[in-house]
Amino acid sequence: MKEFLNESGVFFAVLGAALAALVPGIASAKGVSKGGITAAGIITEDPSLFAKALILQLLPGTQGIYGLIIAFITFAQIGVLGGSSDISLVKGLLYLAACMPMTIVGYASAIRQANAAIASMGVLAKRPDQFGKSMIFPAMVETYAILALLISILAVSGVSGINI
Amino acid sequence: MALLQMQRIYIYALKKDRKQILELLQRRGVVEVRKMLKEDKVFSRSDYSTVRQSLEKNIAIADESLAVLNNYVKEDHSLLASLQGRKELPVEAYDSFKEKYMPTIDKAKRIIELTKYIAECRAELSKLQTQVEIIKPWVNLDIPLNFKGTKYTAGFIGTLPRPYTAEEIYERLAQYMPLDVNIISASKDQTCIFVLCLKDHKDKVYEILREMDFALPSLSIDIPPAEKLIQLDQQMEDIQIQIDASIDEMVSYDEYRSDLKFLRDYDTMRLEKYEVLETLLQSKNVFIVTGFIPKKDGASLQEELTAKFTAYVEFEEPKKKDDVPVLYKNNGFSAPLESVVNSYSPPGKGEIDPTTVMSLFYYALFGLMLSDAGYGLLMVIACGVGLIKFRDTIEESMRKTLKMYLYCGIATIFWGIMFSSYFGDIIDIVAKIYFRATDLPIIPPLWFYPVEKPMLMLTFSMAVGLLHLLTGLGMKGYQLIRRKDIKGFIYDVVFWYAILISSAILLLSMKMVTDILGISPNIPDTAVDAAKIAFVAAALGIVLTNGRESRNPFKRFLKGLYALYGLSGYLSDVLSYSRLLALGLATGIIGTVVNQMASMLAKGVVGTIFFIIIVVVGHLLNMAINLLGAYVHTNRLQYVEFFGKFYEGGGNIFKPFSIKTKYYKIKESS
Repeated sequence: MKEFLNESGVFFAVLGAALAALVPGIASAKGVSKGGITAAGIITEDPSLFAKALILQLLPGTQGIYGLIIAFITFAQIGVLGGSSDISLVKGLLYLAACMPMTIVGYASAIRQANAAIASMGVLAKRPDQFGKSMIFPAMVETYAILALLISILAVSGVSGINI
Repeated sequence: MALLQMQRIYIYALKKDRKQILELLQRRGVVEVRKMLKEDKVFSRSDYSTVRQSLEKNIAIADESLAVLNNYVKEDHSLLASLQGRKELPVEAYDSFKEKYMPTIDKAKRIIELTKYIAECRAELSKLQTQVEIIKPWVNLDIPLNFKGTKYTAGFIGTLPRPYTAEEIYERLAQYMPLDVNIISASKDQTCIFVLCLKDHKDKVYEILREMDFALPSLSIDIPPAEKLIQLDQQMEDIQIQIDASIDEMVSYDEYRSDLKFLRDYDTMRLEKYEVLETLLQSKNVFIVTGFIPKKDGASLQEELTAKFTAYVEFEEPKKKDDVPVLYKNNGFSAPLESVVNSYSPPGKGEIDPTTVMSLFYYALFGLMLSDAGYGLLMVIACGVGLIKFRDTIEESMRKTLKMYLYCGIATIFWGIMFSSYFGDIIDIVAKIYFRATDLPIIPPLWFYPVEKPMLMLTFSMAVGLLHLLTGLGMKGYQLIRRKDIKGFIYDVVFWYAILISSAILLLSMKMVTDILGISPNIPDTAVDAAKIAFVAAALGIVLTNGRESRNPFKRFLKGLYALYGLSGYLSDVLSYSRLLALGLATGIIGTVVNQMASMLAKGVVGTIFFIIIVVVGHLLNMAINLLGAYVHTNRLQYVEFFGKFYEGGGNIFKPFSIKTKYYKIKESS
């Protein structure tokens, strides 16, 4: 039993990392595809707006990348990428918890950001000169993904220092 | 850090020189024409809308013809062509274009006509093609399709909607013998038949055929199908020849492409001239140009105008109610960022140009977010090559964009070296795999690895943020002093400086905070005590003064309290700079992931090829994504956090009466 408790943590740690890559990734894919559909509509009207529409389309894509970062840091910390991976159950659960901010906020913010990006594409289509301002609105949403990323990074690297 | 000073200009001249003067003004491009004087009995404005409309129509025709031409003869349009800039032409080319003007318009019209004609021909061709498809099954029939019978016989030509054999049909019609059934052709969808019977049986036979879903052919022709097919082929061939001829004619217009482009530019220039003409006050013999001109250009223009023409030029300081246009004056380091300020908003009335102060932070923040020396180097090389290769012809706006990314690239290299990131950790990976190096890292960071010490990086990011915010607040102070609003300066800037710095000191003196951040600043006790006093004093000051626009003392106090609550806004502003850490880490970590994936394959020659492919593709992708992130978030930090402290904008950019062409620029003969 004691052995089980001492070694089974790695499952939960990997689960946390996998969720962090999985869930925001799904949301980013959703968001980028929504943006792509709108962007394609704009391009049919004015092909010269391609680069700008692309920037707006890609904005909700970053959450997936942030999720990847958390997954990668977690893998590096728990030794899945090489080294020993003896992790106690409690520690594994802590890793799982540490991955949650990025997992959940990443999902929610990517989709919300896609909505804002699509609204900004409306601005782009009608007033291409106001691109600078329109870009800021979706970027405001991203703040919360960045804050979640920050907390997850700090938590994951913090958990590895705890001795349990 | 400055805007050019503007002044009002009035030019009075004789109407006979009007064309020359306007053309001169357009080429100099230093005057923004505005309506400043009112119409009266002598001076009035004229309407040129009919001329304008015809010019607009010509521009549209030129554009359309060029687009059409491009469908038939592709213009070689390389990726670098956009860097090439507009072609330069001497003034004489402009003057001599008059003779070519009408023929070029005719050519443009002819091109549009031709494309319509080709489209019509193609439609006709496809119509004939359908007829051929309909007739083909009947080609073995040697009588016309509309054959109805002879004196004693009745003929039925048509289709049945499924395969039949002659026997089946004979069986159905057996009682009306004698008759003749011919299967002309049969496929799995239909059977084409020719039935000949006695005229007496005509209706009965028809009835039975109808029961079998007999249908007449959709075409009625009075010659045998084979002959008709030959006719149709001949017609299609003729049309094809016409299409080919039209396309040949179209292609021959390729050599006039430059004329068409010039036509477009020529009429664009004329259109703007007429737009200006409409704003001018004119009497019988005199006209007046009014507008704004940068002070530095005033004297030379006055000299030139009075030397060449009978004209009088007058300057005047802008009036208070004037909405004076804004023209930047920045050095080469900051000028590239004017467009970033413009896309927020140009400086409004009485505001200073924030470009110079912003530029320092802009490049530094951009570099911190991308923070990879390899990516920075690629940016510097790409922009540098573009700038050098096209240095003579490149458009000014493109030059500025390239310069901006060049400086951003330099900052990126700097931070990359500080944090030892060269395409992620490619140097170590290559050294480990191919040279069996054990003494890693090969190039240690000049400062530290952000991945290893994220808290230190976070602290640094927030410190940069605080500096950025305090600079913004300082700009506000500078602006208030310039407006001689000393009270505002003390209440809104000095108090806030005091409270921000003292709260930073107080936070850093708390053990909890320093433990989280992992630093030990060792602040002396006297400083902490001083900070406490300063904090209380500044907080009191803010509560008492920041609601000063309200007269009601109670309301004033509440507003002051609310202003003090703005301190939490500063907290969230500072936290917002944690994106420097997040985006910086993102670049490094994804780069490392790419390298690791590649290194898993790096065995033998084939493995090395895969290694190189993965590294190149992976890093290009990573660079693209992080460039985008760095650009967007640097802008956000400037717009929201920095500009939020002092800058409103709302000005109008100086739009001089000038040559705004698409393809050519006029070279001045000096």
